[in-house]
Amino acid sequence: MAIKVILDKCKGCTKCVKSCPFTAITMENKKAVIGAACTGCGQCVDTCPFGAIEKADDGKEAADLSAYHGVWVFAEQRDGKLMQVARELLGEGRKLADAVGCELCAVLCGSEVDGIINDLFEFGADKVYYANAPELKQYTTDAYTKTIYEAITEYKPEIVLLGATHIGRDLGPCLAVRCNTGLTADCTKLEINPETKGIMQTRPAFGGNLMATIVCPNHRPQMSTVRPGVMEKAKREAGRRGEVIELHPTFAEGDIRTKVLEVVKSAKEMVSLTDAEVIVSGGMGLGKAEGFELLKKLADKFGGTIASSRAAVDAGWIDHAYQVGQTGTTVKPKIYFACGISGAIQHAAGMQNSGLIVAINTNENAPIFDIADIGIVGDLYKVIPAIIEEMDKVPQK
Amino acid sequence: MAEAFFTEQHELIRKLARDFAEKELTKEILDEVEETEVFPEEILDKMAKAGFFGVKIPKELGGQGADARSYVLVMEEIARVSGVASIYVSSPNSLSGGPLLLAGNDEQKEKYLRPVVTGEKKLAFALTEPGAGSDAGAVATTARREGDHYVLNGRKCFITMAPLSDYAVVFAKTDVTKGNKGLSAFVVDMHAPGVSCGKPENKMGVVGCATSDIILENAIVPVEDRLGEEGDGFKIAMQTLNTGRLGVAAQSIGVAQGCLDEAVKYAKERKQFGRPIGNFQAISFMIAEMATKLEAAKQLVYKAAYMMDTRQDATLNASMAKYYASEVCNEIAQKAVQIHGGYGFIKDYKIERMFRDCRVFTIYEGTSQVQQMVISGKLLKK
Amino acid sequence: MKILVCVKQVPDTNEVKIDPVKGTLIRDGVPSILNPDDANALEAALQLKDKDNSIVVDVITMGPPQATYMLRECLAMGADNAYLLSDRAFGGADTCATSTTIAAGIKKVGDVDVIFAGRQAIDGDTAQVGPQVAQRLNLPVVTYVQDIQMGDGKVTVQRQMEDGYELIEVQTPCLLTCVKELNEPRYMSIGAIVDAYKKEITVWNHEDVELDPADCGLNASPTQVFRSFTPPQKGKGEMLNGTIDEMAGALVGKLVEKHLI
Repeated sequence: MAIKVILDKCKGCTKCVKSCPFTAITMENKKAVIGAACTGCGQCVDTCPFGAIEKADDGKEAADLSAYHGVWVFAEQRDGKLMQVARELLGEGRKLADAVGCELCAVLCGSEVDGIINDLFEFGADKVYYANAPELKQYTTDAYTKTIYEAITEYKPEIVLLGATHIGRDLGPCLAVRCNTGLTADCTKLEINPETKGIMQTRPAFGGNLMATIVCPNHRPQMSTVRPGVMEKAKREAGRRGEVIELHPTFAEGDIRTKVLEVVKSAKEMVSLTDAEVIVSGGMGLGKAEGFELLKKLADKFGGTIASSRAAVDAGWIDHAYQVGQTGTTVKPKIYFACGISGAIQHAAGMQNSGLIVAINTNENAPIFDIADIGIVGDLYKVIPAIIEEMDKVPQK
Repeated sequence: MAEAFFTEQHELIRKLARDFAEKELTKEILDEVEETEVFPEEILDKMAKAGFFGVKIPKELGGQGADARSYVLVMEEIARVSGVASIYVSSPNSLSGGPLLLAGNDEQKEKYLRPVVTGEKKLAFALTEPGAGSDAGAVATTARREGDHYVLNGRKCFITMAPLSDYAVVFAKTDVTKGNKGLSAFVVDMHAPGVSCGKPENKMGVVGCATSDIILENAIVPVEDRLGEEGDGFKIAMQTLNTGRLGVAAQSIGVAQGCLDEAVKYAKERKQFGRPIGNFQAISFMIAEMATKLEAAKQLVYKAAYMMDTRQDATLNASMAKYYASEVCNEIAQKAVQIHGGYGFIKDYKIERMFRDCRVFTIYEGTSQVQQMVISGKLLKK
Repeated sequence: MKILVCVKQVPDTNEVKIDPVKGTLIRDGVPSILNPDDANALEAALQLKDKDNSIVVDVITMGPPQATYMLRECLAMGADNAYLLSDRAFGGADTCATSTTIAAGIKKVGDVDVIFAGRQAIDGDTAQVGPQVAQRLNLPVVTYVQDIQMGDGKVTVQRQMEDGYELIEVQTPCLLTCVKELNEPRYMSIGAIVDAYKKEITVWNHEDVELDPADCGLNASPTQVFRSFTPPQKGKGEMLNGTIDEMAGALVGKLVEKHLI
């Protein structure tokens, strides 16, 4: 679907030039010209007052897609434990499979991780494709790509979902190129178009300033990575079972070109921002690394955890693992305290779906107040101790 | 923006200086400089690496081989964030590097200019004396030749960076009977016997760049450390100052831009009577005036630099640029403080420091009045 | 040894604002910059060159002719040569098609020992093009690299994970995508900027890199943007008033009321 200018209708008003996020439109002879930087986002189509810009179908011949069936979910496991995001994908995958009218399958790779299989059924998988090989114990790009690519070629799923983890975001792009298909990264919403039965993948783009809905009309499978913490987890249906299909990948010398020498777990406490029900997050307004100690006190009152904005990470006050936002983690706790955080769009992108947002900031014009449910203008070093004091007065249940 | 005077290369140099200033010269660092009166060596090292100390000095001499416009852009962007930081940039490029570049022979350039440009050494420019400021002919420091060396005696004052310097270019009379023509220039080792510094001055602004007297008591300077011939001193000093004042002009537009930025930001944020104060005409018109005068000053500065780069005589334009930009900078800073109200008077806000820093711009490297003399002199000469 | 760094010129999305009334992007005054992760990738290559002067560091990008500005910036940081893949036919490419074009460019550059790329670009945040280029060139890839040790015919890297890192050995030639924790990108220098404008930037179109227009740009992109919109703004909430103690009390009262504590 290319963007085209209908020259007769273009009046040369340049509104589209200003609307284009990618600076792709120029004026030549007082007519808009779409340049090579165009991503087809369509902002200009909506902006043009004269209807002079359209999204034109290229009239490509539709490939035969009828051979592809089923929704697949990559059941990412580490150290024999199923990742939380896989359960979220199964929850979402179930909705998609029902909307398409097809089965939901999980793809499990590992070495002797049979124990996970029944979990996958209980979380809603109708089938589990299981590759059990010593080479798959640890994730490597080459081994996992080869295994899953061969399975896709043989069993032809129409949709493949992966978690947008450090592994999923490595595996997904490699699989997509092998399968010669499209991949949409970091989706926050997936829907099935009722007419085409194709998947509509919505994701933040342009630093969270734009949302784009992406389709993959002529290639199969349609692939997405999905941000952890965004989709609802599948409910467990105890005793539910399905069919196991064993995959038998074989690896020749040189097939796996990377070697994992060592796995080093960070000595830091594992930050589970996506699971936290209460998050107390700090930004530049803290002024110093020690400020997080105060936030920790407040978080402890709720049994919650601390987090931070990108600015605080960049300032070296706290580890990247705590970062919430477009380039950090997406969270939706019941309560999110934003302390000394201005609320730039890239931060908002990671927390605006929280249940209740409480903002504390000295600047009454900080954008964070535009998305907060409750706003307090004041010095966090005075406000937070006061909140802690008030909390102490609340009778324990 | 004054695209007319600049190429894409200049824009990239501006980007470098702006990124550097915004990233390195943080509020914490600048507060610390203000507190301790010491500028961090690590930042000076980084400036040297980025080439800020030898912007228009030829590559053969360890410099960067760029031009006067590049120098102006670096000064402007650094001064926009920190006035004192820009003094460290201007010194090797202008006052201390200038005499060596103008009059130094190959050995002198190699020995003194190169290490200054690469940031290994610091060099001060010592012309002013208690009795000789703008009137360079009235210098009382003497240099008496004795065989293969000179013996220097006298006192220089208000010498920027003197206590930090390894060397100083000192102007002294080799012939007291000859006035301007009796003035000669020498490179003096600041650690040599007979050379000492006075107590650093307690300054109003640009804190963090120590200024003091230099005291010469029978200081021995080898003949090979004389710049040019005997009697060339006045010419060297004047030529250095002529081009050097472009640096102060650039500093001025930088600080002025910083003040304007702060004023605009504050006028949008600060609410009184239920609306941002920028919505009041009294404030918005002040901002309009500040911005307009700043733009005019910028054009003067950029044009003077452009004329230097195209080998035109820029003496008049550099004086106009220095005169106007430094005066306008003070005016803009004053208004910016006014817009800040009470907050402009306390040290928590950047504008307080900027207001103090720019006060010296109409004073050093030729006061506004001296610039007016230069400008009117040029016009009335014929 | 030759290191090729894949870079991209991106709008500085941190500077983008949304018009609160119209809900449209305000793009005025948003500068185009060298993608931050790519700057880390270039820095990694330059640090290797600092240690071994025989290493050649080249940069390659796909983009419009204006991308030369960013390439000059790379040269001014210390890169030796710059290549720009620029052609109308490359326009409208998704990550899949982009990787085809860049892979073709890398083949044309030839004899590359290690390819560095940023983890992801801030305008799209997809993190796809790096590994996809590696797939197209049939090279091993390690993403999220936060430390690099060069060896003989192999590289040992730390691959950042959510909860630590993996130490991975990979044969060269290979492609590594770099995260910002890897290093602190250096500044350009003024002298290097002057030199950068004396250098030629090699510009290639689809014919130069032997690509059929059907295999690049929009024509070769499996994914398409169906529509795009600015995210709906959440309504402004309630601002508390009073002294700090009063506000703290009111807040806790509301949390109790909502059964959140």
